[in-house]
Amino acid sequence: MTGLGPVRPRVGREKNVAKIRVETTINGEETELLCAGQESLLDALRDGLGMTGTKEGCTTGDCGACSVVLDGRLVPSCLVLAAEANGRTVQTIEGLAEGSKLTAVQQQFLEHGALQCGICTPGFIVAAEKLLEKNPDPTEQEARYFLAGNLCRCTGYDKIIRAVLDAAAVMREERA
Amino acid sequence: MTATASRFEAPTEVDGAVALLASEEDVRVLAGGTDLLVQMRTGGPAPPALFVDIKRIPRLMATELSSDGLRIGAAVPAAEIYENESIRSLWPGLTEATDLIGSSQIQGRATWCGNLCNASPAADSVPALIVNAAKAVIAGPSGERSVAVEDFTRGPGQTVLERGELVVEFEVPAPAPHSADAYLRLIPRTEMDIAVVGVAVQVELDAAGVVTAARVSLGAVAPTALRVDTAASALVGTRLEDEALAAAAAEASDAANPIDDKRGTVAYRKRIAGVLTKRAAKLAYDRARAR
Amino acid sequence: MSGQSEERKFKQVGSRPIRHDGLEKVTGRARFGADYTLPGAQEGVFVRSPYAHARILSIDTSRAEKVPGVRAVITAADFPDVPMGWIPAGSTGIDFGANQRTILAREKVLYHGHAFAAVAASTREIALAAGELIDVEWEVLTPVLSLEQALAPDAPILHEGQETMGDGDKPEGDSNISSQVLFEGGDIEAGFAESDLIVEGHFDTPMVHQGYIEPHACLANAREDGTSEIWSSTQGAFGVKGEVAMITGSDPNSIKVTPTEIGGGFGGKIPVYLEPAALVLSRKAGRPVKMTMSREEVFRGTGPTSGSRMWARIGARSDGTIVAAETRLEFEAGAFRGSPVGAACMTIFTPYVIPNFKILGLDVVLNKPRVAAYRAPGAPIGAFAAESLIDDLARKLGRDPIELRLQNAIEEGGVAKYGPSFGPIGFKQTLEAARNHPHYKAELGEHQGRGVAAGFWFNAGMQSSATVSVNDDGSAVVRTGNPDIGGSRASMALMCAEELGIDVTRVRPLVGDTDSVGYCDVTGGSRVTYATGMAVIEATRQVVDHLRARAATVWNVELDSVEWQDGNAVAINGAAEKGSMSLGEIAAKMRMTGGPVVASASVNPPAAGPAFGVHLCDVEVDPETGVTRVLRYTVAQDAGKAIHPTFVEGQYQGGAAQGIGWALNEEYLWDEEGRVENPGFLDYRVPVASDLPMIDTIIVEVPNPLHPYGVRGVGETPIVPPLGTVANAMRDATGVRFRSLPMSPPRVLDALDGASD
Repeated sequence: MTGLGPVRPRVGREKNVAKIRVETTINGEETELLCAGQESLLDALRDGLGMTGTKEGCTTGDCGACSVVLDGRLVPSCLVLAAEANGRTVQTIEGLAEGSKLTAVQQQFLEHGALQCGICTPGFIVAAEKLLEKNPDPTEQEARYFLAGNLCRCTGYDKIIRAVLDAAAVMREERA
Repeated sequence: MTATASRFEAPTEVDGAVALLASEEDVRVLAGGTDLLVQMRTGGPAPPALFVDIKRIPRLMATELSSDGLRIGAAVPAAEIYENESIRSLWPGLTEATDLIGSSQIQGRATWCGNLCNASPAADSVPALIVNAAKAVIAGPSGERSVAVEDFTRGPGQTVLERGELVVEFEVPAPAPHSADAYLRLIPRTEMDIAVVGVAVQVELDAAGVVTAARVSLGAVAPTALRVDTAASALVGTRLEDEALAAAAAEASDAANPIDDKRGTVAYRKRIAGVLTKRAAKLAYDRARAR
Repeated sequence: MSGQSEERKFKQVGSRPIRHDGLEKVTGRARFGADYTLPGAQEGVFVRSPYAHARILSIDTSRAEKVPGVRAVITAADFPDVPMGWIPAGSTGIDFGANQRTILAREKVLYHGHAFAAVAASTREIALAAGELIDVEWEVLTPVLSLEQALAPDAPILHEGQETMGDGDKPEGDSNISSQVLFEGGDIEAGFAESDLIVEGHFDTPMVHQGYIEPHACLANAREDGTSEIWSSTQGAFGVKGEVAMITGSDPNSIKVTPTEIGGGFGGKIPVYLEPAALVLSRKAGRPVKMTMSREEVFRGTGPTSGSRMWARIGARSDGTIVAAETRLEFEAGAFRGSPVGAACMTIFTPYVIPNFKILGLDVVLNKPRVAAYRAPGAPIGAFAAESLIDDLARKLGRDPIELRLQNAIEEGGVAKYGPSFGPIGFKQTLEAARNHPHYKAELGEHQGRGVAAGFWFNAGMQSSATVSVNDDGSAVVRTGNPDIGGSRASMALMCAEELGIDVTRVRPLVGDTDSVGYCDVTGGSRVTYATGMAVIEATRQVVDHLRARAATVWNVELDSVEWQDGNAVAINGAAEKGSMSLGEIAAKMRMTGGPVVASASVNPPAAGPAFGVHLCDVEVDPETGVTRVLRYTVAQDAGKAIHPTFVEGQYQGGAAQGIGWALNEEYLWDEEGRVENPGFLDYRVPVASDLPMIDTIIVEVPNPLHPYGVRGVGETPIVPPLGTVANAMRDATGVRFRSLPMSPPRVLDALDGASD
């Protein structure tokens, strides 16, 4: 008996079950996709729609690389079933910049060098945008605790946190 | 023989959910999925033939505060509970416990019903629900019933739910005047770990600041969350002097019945159960005094 | 090329431009290994051993092959039999037979999770289901699960007939000690006899993983004519090409490897795990095959670094002069030989002048995953022991820990314990920089403590190629073959821009595939800014010579009448009245003056510039729970010349963070059958954002004369000091000397209890 990997397959059924049709809004665009019942939103985005900006790091909700926003809530897309997105809105990293205008968070990540390999970056940016939406003036500790669910192995988090705090300042300025 | 896909249903009424759960052998309730989907991927059960998503049932997503207390849908995500300032101010310990479940992302998904029905000994919200005398409202083929959270789990992964039943709401009675709760847990890092030990305390004080009633519940140190009445009674009639705290801590350590596993040893957990009981008691006491 | 470092005012180098690939990375467009696919691609999965140690008597894949949707099933029988055989290389070596058996076990499975078959099917689920139908006849063997078990006289032997290689008194006959390393100097008996004070201890460290957030991934496409292309998340595309060729018995010339963006490696993505299997599956399936690892597979089936047992002692005179040092290091190699014990032996005492020494290292095989390089492989482990003992020495002598290190620090001309003597190095300067930092004087409160430790890594040279070409608008492209893990392509652009005298935004850096660029050794060994940078500078200097020649042609003057200054050809001496011509103007005329301007260069420097680092750490320990918080952390390290200071700082901070995790909470946990109990980020506890403070950095610059700009590699040294730094801070905070890692809360509380008895 062998086999290690993500979803453990079920064997012994006679019939295939039809795929589920999901109508959802992704980054403001109405989108239709077909998915299996047990398929994660992460897999539907990446494999179904070719939207590979959202990353898979663990499939168990421990690393934050798969962060998206579902109906306004920050969630780990590896632990959301694609079928749940029916009638809901999804926001991913691909939808943050408006044309050529990067968000303050994106811009500060670049200026601070808050990325080295870049694999955790989409997840961090999606999460940081949510942090600043809820808390426009976070302390360093508040930022660190909010982002504790996003793992980074390259940076030691220093430049990421600085980028987030500076982005918050920029955003407060712009609103003022 | 092939690997096949699960079916997915998202009923909009409790009756619909009950019917689906009763109709199928291989069915799982999907609230936040933060335990269910993880277990599917780490050597646990295969994906079920049917997922029943309960988050489209308005009753299970509603929050109602009254003078009697809180009636809240079972599938309200933790983040929403924490954001509710009234819930936070009435039950700071319960809210903190809920807020400690996983990361910000997990908070967007985790629910009290998932935390309770998964029946992990280390669930963070359960000890806090217990000290607040919370009840789970269960709907099933034979109607609805109410079970105290402290009576809900039978062992790791085992609950009182029968086939076709699901938790639809939680009821948390309004806290008595001059009472407050607290929840502390020990983890090796600052976030992201499963509790090595979790302790919830609720105390009620008289006008002189003497504890008139107390409840203590321990998590992660027994097959289910424990209510430790002996630790609680060590606090009653005191102002949490050192001897009272020490006695409560000793009772908590004694009552703790943990295992050695990758998260902690028996000796360590018993020790920490005592330490956290003292700290949580002090925190609850200070809050209660401030009310 | 001559490698004199020059005193010059840099105009581009030393600045902090936004990296050229940054936009793609913050918008999610950058494509990593798992982001690639091709039409018709099948999913490939490995089938893995349920036993830690077993002989494979037979494998029957017929049931799996019949599953609808399965297109190919392979085992080691689908690879040519490459015999085991160790080929030494520097402080380590290579064994293609072992590499092949790591991909797919042949005679034996040697760790739980060891892959022995692979399946390609239309979906991952079908492939996994089919994998369960592969019938194996096993002869289950007693697993060897610890160094103690491996070294016991009656230990089960992993590799019959494997002779112990190397130095010193070697065991006779079959042994799990695959090799020994011995460095000796002076007379240690006399040295210890002369010592007024001897400190000694036994230390142990657990197996830990590099912890890159991106699991391994590749896509292989075998074409009808026998050629193939592979996209791989790897630290070295040329390495993948060579390994795939050796392991699959293919002509390397038939394979093209494109390195994708890579989500962390730290040494762990130098070995290949997927690509040979993906290619052979693709050939059998007649379709492209995509393989990605799950996080669980990463922990069970890829190379962590060694766990260790160490004993060491240091002897000093009462005035603080260290006169003798001795150590015995036992390192877990995992399933096949090749732990970094050799590098640990080379680095452990090297920062200090110690005339009498004996350093013995054992490479021990056992039934755990085969170890792979992890950032300065071996050095952090040895430094943990050495720096803890030096801290004990300082305490016993009542000396400041930095002062004691300054007194004994190796300097230029000093001889390393493994032979060579050092050129200019910056150990003392780095010690002084740490001592002068405000952190060193910050006030400490109750239950708080401070630790200092130092570390060193040799850094590598090795082979690199670069090509620079000029566009007709005066911009340039620089192409190399080094996957960019931490911003290196921006540094290549900076060096090219510096030589050309143009703004870095006018230089586009590309990382090429194995067909488009000259050979480059891996991104690793802290070598890219150094060696590949050297190639870039050399190639750009050739371009500059071409540009000068074009200007000379236009002006009709001799070449030596034309200088290059700040992006312009400038006529000098007798030709001065010709004035100057910008790069843009020359570029616009390229077609008329001789055609495109392109130049390539390659380098293979035999040595690099070693880098020394000194770390400071303040911790607070909760005496009732044993939980430790890191309050302050400062890294001082000699970079020679920081090309892009932000990225240098990032290396310092990242290496420190990994070391802190290693010191406090990271470890592989095992059950009695040799299964990893924590194959995920929930219970394999890397630091999260709230675990760490801001990490201050001090870039010391003692130029390395071997590089035109003075560059020293920076990537690896940062992980060498933290284990000792944190342990020394714990000693200061608690009074307890921890010699066993990790210093997790239960162990700390236990030790505090013991101390108060």
